Amino acid sequence: MTSLLLDRRTVLAAGVTWVGGLIVPAVAAHAQGLAATPSMRGGSNNYLPNAPVVERIGGGGFLMTGTVRRAGDGAPLAGQRIQIWAHTTEGHERDPHSHGATLTDENGVFRMEMPQIVPAFGQPHGHLAYDSGDFKTVFLRPIMASAQDKSLNADFVLQPA
Amino acid sequence: MTLVWAALACALVVPSVAAAASPLLAWRDPVYIAAGFAGVVAMALMLVQPLLIGRYLPGIPARRYRQIHRGIGGVLVVSVAIHVAGLWITSPPDVIDALLFDSPTPFSAWGVIAMWAVFITGCLALLRKPLRIRPGTWRMVHTALAAVIVVGSVVHALQIEGTMETLSKAVLCALILVATVKVVADLRVWKILNRRAG
Repeated sequence: MTSLLLDRRTVLAAGVTWVGGLIVPAVAAHAQGLAATPSMRGGSNNYLPNAPVVERIGGGGFLMTGTVRRAGDGAPLAGQRIQIWAHTTEGHERDPHSHGATLTDENGVFRMEMPQIVPAFGQPHGHLAYDSGDFKTVFLRPIMASAQDKSLNADFVLQPA
Repeated sequence: MTLVWAALACALVVPSVAAAASPLLAWRDPVYIAAGFAGVVAMALMLVQPLLIGRYLPGIPARRYRQIHRGIGGVLVVSVAIHVAGLWITSPPDVIDALLFDSPTPFSAWGVIAMWAVFITGCLALLRKPLRIRPGTWRMVHTALAAVIVVGSVVHALQIEGTMETLSKAVLCALILVATVKVVADLRVWKILNRRAG
């Protein structure tokens, strides 16, 4: 069990360093057996299914970024819909206008402008979902290292549904 | 005499005013703000309770200390209820996770444990006479529950990044811990245990 946890942690830690699409293909060759990202506790809280794809959520000013790759070979997945919501300067998590979706580019990278995330329920955190059917549903709840941060990153590794 | 009361007023007012000045309030609905403040009030009352029972506050007639302690205990129960109800209205899934001990935030579990200890204490205080709970038993049970409430609430509050300002929150928590330890020591609660064993 311990070794399994360590493996997953190592994989996640490695995943965090792979920011930006350019280096992903180079790394992918070494990513045989890449494990799928598990959903995080509380990740699906206040989820409103089918958030519309939007240019940005509200007025922007904060950047949510991440990558979407396939479990196993780590290939970047293009055109995947990622739904994002959070408690921000413009609304609570439950407010529909706090929700929006974006699509990954050809490198499996997504970027969403949204209002500044502010601490709610004790932590400054965001919510992301992959819930489109082709792959198994994953809910993430990343936490900002500081409430002053202007961006937050979350990476998905998906396995076929 | 006035010095003690002035110090207590500072210990209660400073964290409350600091929380009232939190920039986070601008981005919260009234219900969420009320829920947060009910928590702040509960923390402040938690400092008054051991001071009353230890009779450290001057100028109060001796027979009044317990009456006031009991009354504030009731307000404490209501504050915790408002805190949880307000959070539930603001974000039901987060509160359900917390109550089921399935929350991603560790402070939730501490808060929920303290909440149950507050509610149990309130119930036992009401049932003390009808159930004819003996004074020694009551004091032991109440002290144990109070310890759970204090430790649970302090850890809960310290881990939260919320409306309470960090330094005034830490000072209030430290004062609550010191006051609780002092009253337990002064009243020699463990003597009851020794008496029973011997």
